[in-house]
Amino acid sequence: MTPAVLEVVDLSKAFGGVRAVQNVSFSVRPGELLAMIGPNGAGKTTCFNMLMGQIRPDAGAVRLKGRDIAGLPPHRIWRLGVGRTFQITATFSSMTVRENVQMALISHRHASRKLWRPAAETDSGQADALLDRVGMAEQGDRACSVLAYGDLKRVELAIALANDPDLLLMDEPTAGMAPRERIELMRLADEIVVERNIGVLFTEHDMDVVFAHAHRIMVLNRGELIAEGAPEAVRANEQVREIYLGSSVKTGETGEADAP
Amino acid sequence: MGEFVVTLLTGLSSAAALFLVASGLSIIFGVTRIVNFAHGSFYMLGAYIGVSAVHAVGGGAIGFWIAILIAAAAVGLIGVAMEVLLLRRIYRAPELFQLIATFGVILVIQDITLWIWGSEDLVGPRAPGFTGAVTILGQRLPEYDLVLIAVSPLVLAGLWLLFNRTRWGTLVRAATLDRQMVSALGVNQRWLFTGVLFLGSALAGLGGAIQLPKGGADLLMDFNIIAAAFVVVVVGGMGSIGGAFLAAMLIGLLQTFGIQIFPNSTLILMFLVMAVVLIFRPWGLLGQPEIPGHGVVEAPEAPLRPADRGLRIVGAAVLAVLLLLPVAHLIVPSLVGDFSLVLVIEIMIFVLFAAALHFIMGPGGMVSFGHAAFFGGGAYAAALLVKFAEAPMEIAFWAAPAGAALLAILFGWFCVRLTGVYFAMLTLAFAQIAWSIVFQWGEVTGGDDGILGTWPSDWASSRIAYYYMTVGFVVAGLLALRRILFAPFGYTLRAGRDSPLRAAAIGIDLKRHQWVAFTISGAFAGLAGALFVYSKGSVFPTAMEIARSFDALLMVLLGGVHSLTGPIVGATALTWLNDLFSELSYWRFLLGATIIGLVLLLPNGLVGLGETGFGRRLGAAPDREVPA
Ligand SMILES: Nc1ncnc2c1ncn2[C@@H]1O[C@H](COP(=O)(O)OP(=O)(O)OP(=O)(O)O)[C@@H](O)[C@H]1O
Ligand SMILES: [Mg+2]
Repeated sequence: MTPAVLEVVDLSKAFGGVRAVQNVSFSVRPGELLAMIGPNGAGKTTCFNMLMGQIRPDAGAVRLKGRDIAGLPPHRIWRLGVGRTFQITATFSSMTVRENVQMALISHRHASRKLWRPAAETDSGQADALLDRVGMAEQGDRACSVLAYGDLKRVELAIALANDPDLLLMDEPTAGMAPRERIELMRLADEIVVERNIGVLFTEHDMDVVFAHAHRIMVLNRGELIAEGAPEAVRANEQVREIYLGSSVKTGETGEADAP
Repeated sequence: MGEFVVTLLTGLSSAAALFLVASGLSIIFGVTRIVNFAHGSFYMLGAYIGVSAVHAVGGGAIGFWIAILIAAAAVGLIGVAMEVLLLRRIYRAPELFQLIATFGVILVIQDITLWIWGSEDLVGPRAPGFTGAVTILGQRLPEYDLVLIAVSPLVLAGLWLLFNRTRWGTLVRAATLDRQMVSALGVNQRWLFTGVLFLGSALAGLGGAIQLPKGGADLLMDFNIIAAAFVVVVVGGMGSIGGAFLAAMLIGLLQTFGIQIFPNSTLILMFLVMAVVLIFRPWGLLGQPEIPGHGVVEAPEAPLRPADRGLRIVGAAVLAVLLLLPVAHLIVPSLVGDFSLVLVIEIMIFVLFAAALHFIMGPGGMVSFGHAAFFGGGAYAAALLVKFAEAPMEIAFWAAPAGAALLAILFGWFCVRLTGVYFAMLTLAFAQIAWSIVFQWGEVTGGDDGILGTWPSDWASSRIAYYYMTVGFVVAGLLALRRILFAPFGYTLRAGRDSPLRAAAIGIDLKRHQWVAFTISGAFAGLAGALFVYSKGSVFPTAMEIARSFDALLMVLLGGVHSLTGPIVGATALTWLNDLFSELSYWRFLLGATIIGLVLLLPNGLVGLGETGFGRRLGAAPDREVPA
């Protein structure tokens, strides 16, 4: 069995009295698409933030390819091979779509301190290739500030792939997309996982998407990991059914009520 | 022992005025998110109005106190006038733009005060019943000091009651925490703001009036108190009145004890304390971290594009005029006099200075309130080399950008840890430290008398030669800055400004880049300082005073922060206006009124004109796509 790309042990975080994440442990292997689901406020985003260093964990270990990265700042963790998309998209609004991707490529080549050669000429071909991969090739010259939300999510994915990560974190990658776009984006994720043999951890409120694509599913509730396993096992889990009121998990209907 | 106790008491009494001004500043900032630069002017007005009120009411035992309250109320009403006539119209403008508006108010108030009360310092009236001194452990202490010591805790208690025991106060506190919440409650936000402006301004007025028996009234009070008040607010924590109280006492004590231990470095001491506090508690003693996005959300900047043909043609034409001006001077000296060359040299120097500041403000999103430190610091670096090593211009000139860069490395290391208003305040503090060193260390820097004899070498000593040298350096400097903006480094800076979250998530160590940018900006400001010191043949502490930092800020903001054209246009307009008005008496009034007018008419800066049809044809601003 291939060694895990990410191992998380007893990760915990509290905000004042709110225990957002409590003793969560799991691992992600290369080539695996792992879904993290749970109702609003379950602690999914907080988990992601601790994995990539946006938030320092109160306790617990985060090991990336065997190396402990808990407490490192995000820019260091990125260099170790982690890409991320955000639940609320974070892109550079004063730049074009292509420039957004170029920035990540420039940073990847340690060229962000170059003072002379115009940035526009740097890595534009590679940026276009990445944009093409996520189906945004035609929109490269548009300002990021004018994109539709679904398109922004795809730009974020292109950015997150720029450093050829071993681990990709996607926080609600399909939120705000039309059903067809969702299907396309997740198909893209499937392909990328195979192509690059990377580990992907994603959160998602759309249960159709989750059960159709995830290799494994973990369920978080009030900061605690309550179930983990293959989709069928999770679907059959009593506790999980309770949380989702039975309906969506049983029938496979979308959990639209949970979506933001 | 007696001496210690009396010094302690003197310190506490001197903190009273500072606390009153700072608490007002803090209350206004907490609710409106406006850093009211004019707060020092309100303090000054409190003093002047207090003097007149005492004369009018008559100085009886009760009359004196009535007069003081009249002064406070009058200044409160002036604050209300500022809110209703000016601020209310620009709450939706970018936060920075509100700064310039209040800066315009400073200038207007300076000249109105001069016009009404004249330029002589006024001696403050004595407080009836408190004219003597008490003896404490064998040391004498003026009785009025005891009054002042009592004032701060009384006002603090009064404010506490107001904010915790009245409906209005509760609303103010709620508004400080979350403005949306208040409008959601259906409160008339306008009246809340107006009331806060009254309270905050009245406190400043009270501070000015109550210190009269000790300090009197003079025209420098505004700038003298505002730096100290900023320090108190920042050390205490923005928006925290208890913090302002603590910090005012701390600074008051520091100054009285400091004067005994380091008689020549009291100012430095104050700013050092601020720097130390901010390093360990970046949000002040009792403050809260700045909530990002609390203020007005600005429209996203359009992507960076090379200047189009229109702008290039304008630029080439301006350059041609600049190069031909001395020729015109030789041919028709009656039309293009020596003064034109002098004016253009001055304009060019400030264009470079403003462009240097713009480099961190625009692309970097870091607003410096103290950039004169690098302009003046560079000028002094060169001048000191001339004074002590008799270095020729060819060498001393380069000491300016190098010295300024070193200074920026030092200051920047501390400053880039902070963001927003806190960053701005810390830059101001450091600039004041630098200024106080130059001002108080007379043996080396000449203090107030400055350093003379910094003249260019023979080859550059004629007006025309120096003119060409200046134009050459400034144009080269601008091109270099532009080059950096278009290079990966400039993009990275903008990335960090647009989304620090995303920047970090693509491996950018933002603080490090900001530090480098701060240094580059300092070096270019220092280069402008070098051109300045050799054009004047001398340098004085005014080269690095607050007013000069504010000038640069004004140039960038008036021109517009969204493109490099902004500081160029802003610096040209402002330097030219300054020159035009300086012939007139009350030029500050005119300048201030012009600034206020521009703010009201052009909330996007002069270059924002470019967003109207006229400028777009000139290519001053790229077309925007409408957000989807
Ligand atoms: N910075 C913060 N400060 C205080 N509390 C926080 C902070 N971030 C998250 N929380 C709290 O932690 C809990 C978990 O939030 P989190 O955002 O991780 O949930 P989530 O599972 O991502 O929810 P959603 O599905 O809505 O995105 C919530 O109760 C939230 O209010
Ligand atoms: Mg979330």
